[in-house]
Amino acid sequence: MKASTNVNLPKARKKKINWKSYIPLYLMALPALIYLFINNYMPLYGMQIAFRELDFSGSIFDGKFVWFDNFKFLFTTDDAWIMTRNTVLYNLLFIVVGTIFAIVVSILFNEIISKKLAKAYQSAILIPYFISMVIVSYLGFAFLSSETGFINHSILKPLGIDPVSWYSEPKYWPFILLFVNTWKGIGYSLLLYTARILTISSDYYEAAKIDGATKFQQIMNITLPLLKPVIILMTILAIGRIFYSDFGLFYQVPMNSGALYDSTTTIDTYSFRALMKLGDITMSTATGVYQSFVGFILVVASNMVLRKYSKEDSLF
Amino acid sequence: MIDIKERKWSIAGHILMIILSVLAIAPFILLLMSSITDETAALRNGYSFFPEKFSLDAYKYIAGQWEVIGKAYLVSIFVTVVGTIVGVLISAMLAYTLSKPDLPGRSLLMFLLIFTMLFNGGLTATYIVYTQIFHIKDTIFGLLLPNLLMNAYFVVMFKNYFEYTLPAALVESARIDGATEFRVFRSIAIPLSMPMFVTVGMTTALTYWNDWTNGMYFLSTNSKIQSVQTILNNINENIKFLQQNNVGTAVSTADLPSVTIRMAIAIVGILPMLALFPIFQKWFVKGATAGAVKE
Repeated sequence: MKASTNVNLPKARKKKINWKSYIPLYLMALPALIYLFINNYMPLYGMQIAFRELDFSGSIFDGKFVWFDNFKFLFTTDDAWIMTRNTVLYNLLFIVVGTIFAIVVSILFNEIISKKLAKAYQSAILIPYFISMVIVSYLGFAFLSSETGFINHSILKPLGIDPVSWYSEPKYWPFILLFVNTWKGIGYSLLLYTARILTISSDYYEAAKIDGATKFQQIMNITLPLLKPVIILMTILAIGRIFYSDFGLFYQVPMNSGALYDSTTTIDTYSFRALMKLGDITMSTATGVYQSFVGFILVVASNMVLRKYSKEDSLF
Repeated sequence: MIDIKERKWSIAGHILMIILSVLAIAPFILLLMSSITDETAALRNGYSFFPEKFSLDAYKYIAGQWEVIGKAYLVSIFVTVVGTIVGVLISAMLAYTLSKPDLPGRSLLMFLLIFTMLFNGGLTATYIVYTQIFHIKDTIFGLLLPNLLMNAYFVVMFKNYFEYTLPAALVESARIDGATEFRVFRSIAIPLSMPMFVTVGMTTALTYWNDWTNGMYFLSTNSKIQSVQTILNNINENIKFLQQNNVGTAVSTADLPSVTIRMAIAIVGILPMLALFPIFQKWFVKGATAGAVKE
């Protein structure tokens, strides 16, 4: 925990602090601090596995230090390129398409006058958000399985189109994953954006109407500019997480199918497979260290942007 | 007064939302229909919205397997309840401590918390610590521990809530009356922050109920403490294994519950979530919108 020395402790002038009176407060903080130590700080020590040679005879902390050899090996493989490309491109795709779609949906949703129907719609499209990725993969399998899937059996077959073996054709997966991600998340995005739209004073719209502005002009000149802060905020936050992916989405939905690895492997699924399926602990740790370091730089950078732009939304 | 041009926008809104609603719900209906289809019809016609022959055999089978499924339910409920209560409580207590502006060492504690949001050891390093040092493999802690203090962001939310919305005069007078810090937390901070507790609690509970990753990492396949999601995931793993190894169908059907049974188990796994959905949704909307409209 070298980094903690960077923090400015309270200055010595506060000598009169009655430490005793704070003991109960420290005790209250203790359980969470112990947990953070176990769950978040001890793994930092475990990161050294990435810099060691795997020692089959004893503990993983006994292997000889080989420093960056594991990383050199990782980055000479195609895997490193593929998983980085996929993670970043999928995130960019999700950010761009997801945001535009969410805005369109929220704006049109806002035009629905009937409160009852609006609530019904909102409930319906929020349901997928509450379902685990395992169940989502069951749903996906019901649609995509090659012999019994709904799409092959009930749509393509009657149309006289040859069935597609979805789970072995990488080219379809960017679309499928984008669809599933949007399907699962749109309800939540709608919540966030409509919450902001509702705070826009109706005075603006009234004034615009008196001036003869069309609905489209109102959207372009009032709604969108006022939504801009939320859009930028969400985008910066998402960019900060661009090196991380939804493990469940990329592992469960493609059913971890080997034929699809080219278009479904992300840093998270690669790390998982290296650990659980191949037992390659050093490679998996090296991947994790790579992700953590680049992720850290991105989070700190996006936070710096955020702080300039909107101080109260920044982390620190 | 709504003129025709405005109505167009409203109609477009209805059309879009109807399409989205159908897309959101249709997969669940397909799942439900498949679960009440006769097995041979299901194999012949695949997953269908209009099965040609209905049968409740899959549910009868599950009822027969109740020892397994019921136990998984108990495990899921236990993990969700305990994980949520303990997780929310330790988060709130840390947040309460951090909400005292004059606390010595506050910025250090704050840094230790925020740092966990910025940098982590990664999957493998965490896995190694839990399995090699704490030996949580195949124990109930494997399902509980890794999510316990789920998100440092919740602690920050709690901290801000305590710091800015708890009436300082009320806390002060309680202290003068001799209340201990813990008493103030229990009798003032918790009751006055109930919306916060419920919102964070709901999100945590949702994560615990839906979690299948911890079961995959920390439980072996024949473990006796599988949760509902872990069972669903194990079935999935078997399907994946069979697909990737192209084992003959004779072997595959022996190992795997049939299509309709699989779908019935999935329905049983979703059911509690759907039953509680209205309550979840209410608090969830409150929490999400409260976060979105802060200015």
